[in-house]
Amino acid sequence: MRDAQFFRRWMTVAAAAVEREADRLTELDSPIGDADHGSNLLRGFTAVRAALEADSAASPGAVLTLAGRTLISTVGGASGPLYGTLLRRTGKELGEAAEVSDDALRKALYAGVGAVAQLGGAAPGDKTMLDALVPAVAELGTSYRAAADAAENGARATVPMLARKGRASYLGERSIGHQDPGATSAALLLGALADVAEAS
Amino acid sequence: MSGPVVGIVLVSHSARVAESVAELARGLAAGGPVAAVAAAGGTPDGGLGTDADRIAAAAREVDAGAGVALLADLGSAVLTIKALLVEDELPPDARLLDAPFLEGAVAAVVAASAGAPLDAVAAAAEEAYTYRKT
Repeated sequence: MRDAQFFRRWMTVAAAAVEREADRLTELDSPIGDADHGSNLLRGFTAVRAALEADSAASPGAVLTLAGRTLISTVGGASGPLYGTLLRRTGKELGEAAEVSDDALRKALYAGVGAVAQLGGAAPGDKTMLDALVPAVAELGTSYRAAADAAENGARATVPMLARKGRASYLGERSIGHQDPGATSAALLLGALADVAEAS
Repeated sequence: MSGPVVGIVLVSHSARVAESVAELARGLAAGGPVAAVAAAGGTPDGGLGTDADRIAAAAREVDAGAGVALLADLGSAVLTIKALLVEDELPPDARLLDAPFLEGAVAAVVAASAGAPLDAVAAAAEEAYTYRKT
């Protein structure tokens, strides 16, 4: 079973990963985006860390709901409402239980990814974060590490894709040949989950 | 105007774009009392982007009880409004309009200023898509 502390650690480790990789995310966002993905997510996850330190969110659902709400109000770009919706919907699905099973988390994340797809109107193959998230949730039944690896492979698989959503879609064929920054940051989030699960 | 009218919120990546479009729409709707229009553009530090708190505050500011129509430019502006709607963080009768930003804003402000209800304000703004320029 996973308690609130597990989810706090997930967010803290994710924030550290974003901090470590912020420059790379912004570099990936330079040729096909507006070169702010790393700095936007860094601002968002720094705020998440501060919000969680200041709040006594005592259940897994409350931790993710607070983190999602914080991302929506602080990121400033499209990744804010998208990641915010992912975490907030996942948190809502987990409800108010003090501890949740891995199976409940798998189902909640599945619902969270569905909410992201609905909000953005995107599908796998559009060169978005869904290209990492969808294969990842499909592997959650195997292990957290398998899910993280699937996200990483999904992010790499965006390189030859033509962007159909967001700022990159205006580039048409010139979006081909670049790894999607959103899929890359989604892989960081799943990697952080696997790290925390393996350490506990 | 008799009774409360629909309020309008303009959400752009740029504070200056939001304010300028608001000014243009108010100007073109003038001739009588003009509906409340709030501009919610840019990030808190003055950069390009979307500020969820500013959007929610703008919607509360123009809400007179007849509903709030929100127009957005691109990407995160659209997604942030949708996320706020899902979270019930906007006034109860808030609606994101599917309309071109500038033309839709003018149509919405004109309709709202004439006392049209939210459905008619939305229809006026959405109709702006059908106006071809060539």
